[in-house]
Amino acid sequence: MTIALPAVPAPRSREPNLLLDFSRQQPLGAVSFVIICAMMFAGVFSNLVAPYDPLTIDFASILGAPSWEHWCGTDAYGRDICSRLIFGSRTALVIGFTSSFVGSTLGAVLGVASAYFGGKIDDWIQRFVDILLAFPLIVLALVVVAALRKFVVGGVDVNLIFAIAIPIIPRVARVVRAAALSVRVMPYVDAARAAGYTDTRIIFRHMAPNVVAPYLIMLTAFIAQAILAEASLSFLGLGVAEPTAAWGLMLSGNAADFYREAPWMILFPGAAISLAVFAFNLFGDSLRDYLDPRFRM
Amino acid sequence: MNIVETPLGAQAREPKTDAAAPLLEVVDLHTEFVTARGIVRAVEGVSFTVRRGEVVAIVGESGSGKSVTALSIMRLLPRQSARIPKGRIVFDGRSLLDLDDEQMRKLRGRDISMIFQEPMTSLNPILTIGLQITEPLKIHLGMTDAQAQARAVELLGLVGIPDPEGRLEQYPHQFSGGMRQRVMIAIGLACNPKLIIADEPTTALDVTIQAQILELMKNLSRKLNIALIIITHNLGVVARYADRVIVLYAARVAEQGSADAVFHRPRHPYSMGLLRSVPRLDRPRGAKLETIEGLPPNLVDGSSGCRFAPRCPYRIAVCDQEPPLSPTDTGGFSRCHRHAEIATGKITWAAAEGKAEITAATSAEPLLSVRNLSKYFPVGGGWRRDRVVRAVEDVSFDIFPGETLGLVGESGCGKTTVGRLILHLETPTKGSIRLAGIDLASATAADLKTMRRKVQVIFQDPYSSLNPRMTVGQIVGEPLHVYRIVPGAQQAEARVAELLENVGLRREMAERYPHQLSGGQRQRVGIARALAMEPSFIVCDEAVSALDVSIQGQIINLLEELQRKYGLAYLFIAHDLAVVRHISLRVVVMYFGRIMEVADRDTLYREPLHPYTKVLLDAAPVPDPTIEKGREPRLIKGELPSHLAPPAGCVFNTRCPIASQECREVVPPLEQKKPGHYAACIKV
Repeated sequence: MTIALPAVPAPRSREPNLLLDFSRQQPLGAVSFVIICAMMFAGVFSNLVAPYDPLTIDFASILGAPSWEHWCGTDAYGRDICSRLIFGSRTALVIGFTSSFVGSTLGAVLGVASAYFGGKIDDWIQRFVDILLAFPLIVLALVVVAALRKFVVGGVDVNLIFAIAIPIIPRVARVVRAAALSVRVMPYVDAARAAGYTDTRIIFRHMAPNVVAPYLIMLTAFIAQAILAEASLSFLGLGVAEPTAAWGLMLSGNAADFYREAPWMILFPGAAISLAVFAFNLFGDSLRDYLDPRFRM
Repeated sequence: MNIVETPLGAQAREPKTDAAAPLLEVVDLHTEFVTARGIVRAVEGVSFTVRRGEVVAIVGESGSGKSVTALSIMRLLPRQSARIPKGRIVFDGRSLLDLDDEQMRKLRGRDISMIFQEPMTSLNPILTIGLQITEPLKIHLGMTDAQAQARAVELLGLVGIPDPEGRLEQYPHQFSGGMRQRVMIAIGLACNPKLIIADEPTTALDVTIQAQILELMKNLSRKLNIALIIITHNLGVVARYADRVIVLYAARVAEQGSADAVFHRPRHPYSMGLLRSVPRLDRPRGAKLETIEGLPPNLVDGSSGCRFAPRCPYRIAVCDQEPPLSPTDTGGFSRCHRHAEIATGKITWAAAEGKAEITAATSAEPLLSVRNLSKYFPVGGGWRRDRVVRAVEDVSFDIFPGETLGLVGESGCGKTTVGRLILHLETPTKGSIRLAGIDLASATAADLKTMRRKVQVIFQDPYSSLNPRMTVGQIVGEPLHVYRIVPGAQQAEARVAELLENVGLRREMAERYPHQLSGGQRQRVGIARALAMEPSFIVCDEAVSALDVSIQGQIINLLEELQRKYGLAYLFIAHDLAVVRHISLRVVVMYFGRIMEVADRDTLYREPLHPYTKVLLDAAPVPDPTIEKGREPRLIKGELPSHLAPPAGCVFNTRCPIASQECREVVPPLEQKKPGHYAACIKV
């Protein structure tokens, strides 16, 4: 004898088009997604999109104001800023996004594991995190760059990525651990333990998805930091070196000396960084809401 | 056992009033919330009056609009989303809905005060108690510091807090839950209000503390002639304290009338069903709990017709039209077309089918055997790990296949820890747990894994026991994949559907996420998840205490049905004595980490031996106003001792009515006092 329940309307079937569904629920997220796509397109197809070679020095048009020929003006060597911005998006994406992603993900795994195991393991992980946190981001990155051998894969400095990713790890681990601690005591985690599931399964299947919100926020926030860190390292000669086009480098190089005469030299790279950071943050927020089934109608 | 009984000593107690105009008059109140899913009509056409000094209870299930009614009176609804399109609230001659915010602010706390459910969070943790009590006095009555201080001391004395001067300087965390609720009442009383609205004032408290607090509120309301609106879902509390009862169902008043009338001569099928679906201490245990089938309606769709009709067993054609709230023969009001027929006795709630099918142990060999189990938790952290809280001390019991062992006790008595130890979520400090002959402590990893499958758990809170990121199908199906209980993905899907149907859910539910289900449905998913493991033993940790009365009955019946079907053994951990009595074969009573008494269900409830069990049974109110109002309050003094300074000797000696010097010295062993009846008391 079973207990009869009143008829309930069947749940709406899943949207076949994920992108369409996302844009309808998160219009702002869709806008930021378009910006990120544009950045990616510019980064991948720089050679086709950019009007000039970013490295060509043209002494005839030094410090040229924005014009029809040079949309964003030219810099102190007469290089086209617009083209450099387009090529710079490649660097920004590769270094900024990759290092933030690697750092945040490792940090999140460390944070969740720390919270899940507790006790001695938690103590050790947290003391290690404390030590890493004692160094400012840029100092730690410097140490890592200096300590590791230069290792370039496909034109990308892997060292640089790790140098920026490592200081991100403790910062994310701290925040994610706090969130994971509250998930740790949820009865559904107890239920999973009572079911005898492995620790790996509980961490990745039951806890990690529930700390996605702080993870995504940290991830997108650190993209901005990573782009800036890359710029700072470049300035010190340890990151991307001139004449490679990179947003941070464009800001921190000799732009500082000429910003009175040629404000476009800092205006456009600055705007590019802001726009990228804004887009990633917004996208992260929307993704968080979209992925949370509780916000779904 | 018929609900329609002969009128009892008519109007046992009319509320004492000044015979003047009512203090509070709510007329045709409508409250709506604008949400993304449409307009939720949380309160629709609710009307009632409260006279001076009267105790009115508003009962209903969650979502019936009882808290929203209270918040509407206080005008504390969220400004952005809530609105009151229609209705009138007249308090003491003033129309509250026409007052401006400033006038309303002056009224709140001064003329009407409110006491909330959760005493742990409704006091500000960083302000002293004294500051929080004197605040309304200084704001509303313009008292000086000295005057307010004196009044605060007086108030704390009034609500029974010892050493009031000393405690003014303390912070909320230094008070126990019961003491905090007393402080909340003191704050509520501070300005001599005319009306106190108490929203589930004792739901978060233990039964012995609940009795203390309610008795206090009732006495104060008598003494100071304060009208009291108690919002609750506990029918026992209503029976004991209310003069009049308002039953809400799906945003509307289903029935209202005097407590006697509503309890003995209900004139609405919902009230009838509600009264029959509670397990009761004062009646013999029936075979099966009678339940109201189905779920309350969704308040977004403005359905026409009687709201209760879809669940009503006496539905007729006319029920498609909304019934008016009409006067009944008992002097109350009922929103039912057929209330006159109910009055003549033509309609009675159908008796539950089936005779008493008593669950019985199917073997003499214990399935689970717990011996001298102790669990100490270190406190103080850091370098001082030597101090411990003895959460569980020297607990032993057996559970046989197919039986239900009830484990009752108040919060902090260690009952949940016992459950967690059995589930191997905590490691015991001392003692052994043997499942089917294998010791958990010395079991190999492989043994432990099979054991984990055999022992499953159902948690209290259906809102947090399901992973919000997984669909119902994934939740129930996970054990099938992990343990490869079924061979393929298709069989797994079929098995999930079968499991869902077993627990009374439709198979389409597999695609849903937990937040799309109601509390009762979630609890069913939790049960299905446990069953997926094909266990032989389930720990039910307060499995029904977070559910509404009518849903609670459904889940209890489901658990019993599954027990018969699969021969499951349950450890049923709960604080509700009536529920434990209904479902258990034997009962263990715990207090402060130790077992006080073990006996057969019927023996324990009929002739308890241990003074603590007696106190516990006494404190639990039964849903019958005649019994409740006829009996003297038998209150247990004091509160749970501190875990950091446990009493010497018998742990109950600080509150025990018959404790002697010997009790303070000797720890009483759990002895067999009568065949199969154990108690840990030297006095019996």
